[in-house]
Amino acid sequence: MSTFSAVKILSPPLFAARSSSPFLASPFAPPLSRSGLRSTRLPLPPLAVSSDVISGQNPIASDSSTSRHAEVSREEALVLYEDMVLGRVLEDMCAQMYYRGKMFGFVHLYNGQEAVSTGFIKLLEARDSVVSTYRDHVHAVSKGVPARAVLAELFGKTTGCCRGQGGSMHMFSSTHNLLGGFAFIGEGIPVATGAAFSSKYRHEVLKESNPNGLDVTVAFFGDGTCNNGQFFECLNMAQLWKLPIVFVVENNLWAIGMSHIRATSDPEIWKKGPAFGMPGHHVDGMDVLKVREVAMEAIERARRGDGPTLVECQTYRFRGHSLADPDELRKPDEKAHYAARDPITALKKYILEKNLATEWELKAIVTKIDEVIEDAVEFADSSPFPPRSQLLENVFADPKGFGIGPDGKYRCEDPKFTEGTAQV
Amino acid sequence: MAMALRALGRRISHSDRFFSSLSEAAKPPSDGKLINLFTAINQALHIALDTDPRSYVFGEDVRFGGVFRCTTGLTDKFGRDRVFNTPLCEQGIIGFAIGLAAMGNRAIAEIQFADYIYPAFDQIVNEAAKFRYRSGNEFNCGGLTVRSPYGAVGHGGHYHSQSPESFFCHVPGLKVVIPRSPRQAKGLLLSCIRDPNPVIFFEPKLLYRLSVEEVPEDDYMLPLSEAEVIRQGSDITLIGWGAQLSILEQACDAAAKEGISCELIDLKTLIPWDKETVESSVRKTGKLLISHEAPVTGGFGAEISASIVERCFLRLEAPIARVCGLDTPFPLVYEQFYLPTMNKILDAIKATVKY
Repeated sequence: MSTFSAVKILSPPLFAARSSSPFLASPFAPPLSRSGLRSTRLPLPPLAVSSDVISGQNPIASDSSTSRHAEVSREEALVLYEDMVLGRVLEDMCAQMYYRGKMFGFVHLYNGQEAVSTGFIKLLEARDSVVSTYRDHVHAVSKGVPARAVLAELFGKTTGCCRGQGGSMHMFSSTHNLLGGFAFIGEGIPVATGAAFSSKYRHEVLKESNPNGLDVTVAFFGDGTCNNGQFFECLNMAQLWKLPIVFVVENNLWAIGMSHIRATSDPEIWKKGPAFGMPGHHVDGMDVLKVREVAMEAIERARRGDGPTLVECQTYRFRGHSLADPDELRKPDEKAHYAARDPITALKKYILEKNLATEWELKAIVTKIDEVIEDAVEFADSSPFPPRSQLLENVFADPKGFGIGPDGKYRCEDPKFTEGTAQV
Repeated sequence: MAMALRALGRRISHSDRFFSSLSEAAKPPSDGKLINLFTAINQALHIALDTDPRSYVFGEDVRFGGVFRCTTGLTDKFGRDRVFNTPLCEQGIIGFAIGLAAMGNRAIAEIQFADYIYPAFDQIVNEAAKFRYRSGNEFNCGGLTVRSPYGAVGHGGHYHSQSPESFFCHVPGLKVVIPRSPRQAKGLLLSCIRDPNPVIFFEPKLLYRLSVEEVPEDDYMLPLSEAEVIRQGSDITLIGWGAQLSILEQACDAAAKEGISCELIDLKTLIPWDKETVESSVRKTGKLLISHEAPVTGGFGAEISASIVERCFLRLEAPIARVCGLDTPFPLVYEQFYLPTMNKILDAIKATVKY
């Protein structure tokens, strides 16, 4: 529940953000012109998009008065629906498996926030990167990591996407450019910034460019993270070097038990973007189409090379912080308010109203997803646990330097291993 | 394990600097109620805030009681000005705590998990530890106490199970204290809060609910920098701290069945540590085994080993054994292969005794 009024239009700073990118010409400021006026670069339009939920207007011209955002085609709508249902069914299955004892550890579920993940990630290509937090299962499946790999990883099996070494909070996939999975809040943002730098370098210096533009990095993180130093450091760096990155704040109003409003001096996170010279958007994160509209613009901006964007998505998690959280602190009416705005139900209603698909087709999608997840659970169940030798692997790059002893066998098979005195 | 720990409580002996046998005379204050570790810590915090009007408790989520319930009831009793939540910025929390302490207050900062202490590492090492030194005693942050749950918990994975105590033991100017049970925790925490030096108090999170003991309800303090001999023995000395002691105890019992008599020492304060007690014990037994959860290379066991070799070289009958975590990041699965389990310790005891 937003107790603050979000200002609608954001104007760019009156001074231009001067780029000191090492790639684009000289890192020094352009010389003063003869008239003594500093030559500035005009701010690039468009930098302001208002969120419909606040303003009730739509700056992008639309045909009908009932549509409140850009139209989507039938195919696009079904893709979005399927992706959100996949996320929801996966998370519900995770909860079930956890309570049955198949999964262990700290598991953080994404129920209710699917619109943010789907809205952004479905606009990305395979070459774009995603960096997430510990609430990363749905980001992983949205990005294309098979549900089988995700569930096997959750069960700790060797067929998981990280060979069972990462677990719930550390989903990585090099094929799908998913850079994790960070248990520590804020630690992913600098990593995403570095990935964006790499993308820009490849494009501009190494000229390995894709005709469609730069590879974009999207960093997801929460409202609590926005009070952390790393967030601000990266906003600065990203804008300074005009990196192709989109910072997406999943503001679900709560950091375990701490309310965002009570922990932040200015709860309007999107305002922190313009403070660093980049556009900041605020969007209703329970509406996938609105998120998609804002995402499209932010991603295009990054792809063109115009620099980063900060997008704050107002969303809500239906469950507790983690499966171990009794979730006693949030008021029932707040929960009910957001439960009524379930993104999947909202999209379904939209699809049916616009006659983009029939109810039967949508049900068929849900059934299909149910089957996919059931299959994934069976796969994960039947997969083997990692062998004990895997415990010592992947500490360093060279397995012989660590995992394998001088006699060619794994060090954990050394009899001194059980004594605990084996030096690795 | 709870039974063993309760029995442990009743046989507490206070070792004085000249090691002597179990002294019945030095009994702790009157026995109180059976409570667990987080309740004991909660009681200590209540007492600390009661006795000093300029003490504050803060950290992430402490107002509702904390994720481990250590701070329940504090806000209701002492108000939001003294017990408050901070935003999610460990570096900020500790830096802010140092500032509070420098102005003469008692700042009791909580870091939600010891794994998250690293952003604050800079503030702790570069500021807290050196404040008094570099200001020539103009200012000091002695009122600083950092409390943090540490250690393996069975399902914690990489970032909810680490034991970072050895990083801080390398910093002159800090004290590091680790309790093993509720009664110890309450007394030690009160000593830490009232100690005029910055202290890091690591709480073994595995024991929050598991460890139950009779704890006196009144205000009492246990001395810092004094190790305690929990069990008498003659064949080998075992040293540990925190949750590892219960594992060591089990190993002692198993070894006793094989006729090996083990002496068990709880170090309690890691820095500055009680070298005299350990030295006298090693002079009695001639053998030493150290066990901790942190990785073996560079763990605190290395410091103990090196110091004891310097002092007791000619008396030692076998190399000092260290049974510790492996040199890998804390694993997600196969935690039991990583940790120094009872079997590993037992094997090492036998190997050392038969050297």
